[in-house]
Amino acid sequence: MKRLATAVASRLVILIPYLWLLVFFLIPFLIVFKISLSGTVIAMPPYTPVFSFSDGVSGFFANLAQLGIDNYLWLTEDALYVNAYISSIVIAAVSTAITLLVGFPIAYGMARAPAALRPTLLMLVILPFWTSFLIRVYAWIGILKPEGLLNQFLLWLGMIDEPLIILNTHTAIFIGIVYSYLPFMVLPLYASLEKMDYSLIEAAQDLGCPPIAAFWKITFPLAIPGVVAGCLLVFIPAVGEFVIPDLLGGSRTLMIGKTLWSEFFNNRDWPVSSAVAVVLLLILVVPIMYFQQVQARTQEQDR
Amino acid sequence: MTGSWTRFNIVSIVAGFAFLYLPIVLLVVYSFNESKLVTVWAGFSTKWYFELFNNRGLLDAAWVTARVALVSATVATVLGTLAALTLTRYTRFHGRVLFSGMVFAPLVMPEVITGLSLLLLFVAIGLDRGFVTVTLAHITFSMCFVAVVVQSRLLSFDRSLEEAAMDLGAPPVKTFFAITLPVIMPAIVSGWMLAFTLSLDDLVIASFTSGPGATTLPMKIYSQVRLGVTPEINAVCTILIAIVTVGVVAASILNKRREVQRQRDAQAAMRS
Repeated sequence: MKRLATAVASRLVILIPYLWLLVFFLIPFLIVFKISLSGTVIAMPPYTPVFSFSDGVSGFFANLAQLGIDNYLWLTEDALYVNAYISSIVIAAVSTAITLLVGFPIAYGMARAPAALRPTLLMLVILPFWTSFLIRVYAWIGILKPEGLLNQFLLWLGMIDEPLIILNTHTAIFIGIVYSYLPFMVLPLYASLEKMDYSLIEAAQDLGCPPIAAFWKITFPLAIPGVVAGCLLVFIPAVGEFVIPDLLGGSRTLMIGKTLWSEFFNNRDWPVSSAVAVVLLLILVVPIMYFQQVQARTQEQDR
Repeated sequence: MTGSWTRFNIVSIVAGFAFLYLPIVLLVVYSFNESKLVTVWAGFSTKWYFELFNNRGLLDAAWVTARVALVSATVATVLGTLAALTLTRYTRFHGRVLFSGMVFAPLVMPEVITGLSLLLLFVAIGLDRGFVTVTLAHITFSMCFVAVVVQSRLLSFDRSLEEAAMDLGAPPVKTFFAITLPVIMPAIVSGWMLAFTLSLDDLVIASFTSGPGATTLPMKIYSQVRLGVTPEINAVCTILIAIVTVGVVAASILNKRREVQRQRDAQAAMRS
């Protein structure tokens, strides 16, 4: 009896989260794919029925025959979508590179800080991550706008004669992404830098290796797992980012997350927004699989 | 390795933290501004906070958000803990690769995709959009964050304690509740807090999955932010920041105290 209870319990441990994720994560993607093949109609829900048996078997096949790749052809015909995909990838890549450049010195400084200070520093990096994303992006509007605090400060210093236009440009998006995603970069970098044995650098320097060469030959290669994890954690969500380009980038910025949003909420074109989502997912599937592999590998190492 | 903390290290940390905290500090400071213009300082005032209590829509949204966050964080913690146990303890079962994929993918999945796909699911099964759908959506993405937090604790867990209990005849289920659960409790608590704040913060997924009557606070803030920066929004944000900060700091102090107590107990046990 007890053994049976144990067997049932262990089955349930696996089954409950498994089924939950199947129903609420995997199946929804199949529905997105299905709807991306259907046509738009003005109704609620605003797409032609896809797999429904309500009209009998013949109705089912009639519906099936209506499915098509029209929405995907539409995406390739309109330059808007292609440009939005390309500009999202470019913006995300540039922001990831800047985040790495900003995050590395911070993570490195933390890893070399006195051991007693490290938990506090770690906590200080994590804390902004707990405060709302929306609030942190919103805070930058007040700083970056033409009559905002940054311009007031620079004018007061006398460094500029007239306000800089930063809000509603790509620069504002870069600032927003770097700022919001910085903890995601610093944490994995810190994790791999903290494990590093610094006597290696001392040895290299004793042997006459200049500090910069020692950095590239020792520190950086050892930090690569952290660099890879950090870059993926920033790049993948940044490609589909909506809040930052919407609030800081202004109306002229083209990013695919924004396109999907307005396709869905403003044009109410569910099939086309589904097609946009499917293509975005296809673009991101390689980095996402790679991220999972990296996660699984670190898990194996920790075991 | 101490003693090699160079000036460069200190400067980069200070500059980095200034970058992280200055915008938040400015936001908080300007919530106490007398003037309606957010960027012109006109003296200290708490009037925007009092103004909030007359804003019916904002209060309703806050109440919806609090309920969604409480329910979704609690369910997500249970599911996420089960998922973490599955990932660490059951290394061989059919579909394990798919399972770990489904746990890790939502961590980086763009929110617009998650939001859209969940909405289409709810429409397909005929579930009316509202409180329930937002809660289900929040459970789904935050349980994966809980799973990662709890999993890292389970990986550093000393299995010999469990083995000892089982050798003494405790059945696995009892062992789990008597040994494993108390040890991983701090991770479960921080997983719950993470799930709670994720739900509190979410704008994109809630916008897709919510319906009339279930407007959450971020959705309300977003619609007002689009109209411009106002000191009232600064005040709401300040309250949210204060709640989260107090929660996180209190949890970490409690954790630390428990850790110290545990070490003291361990030393006492060694001596006797």
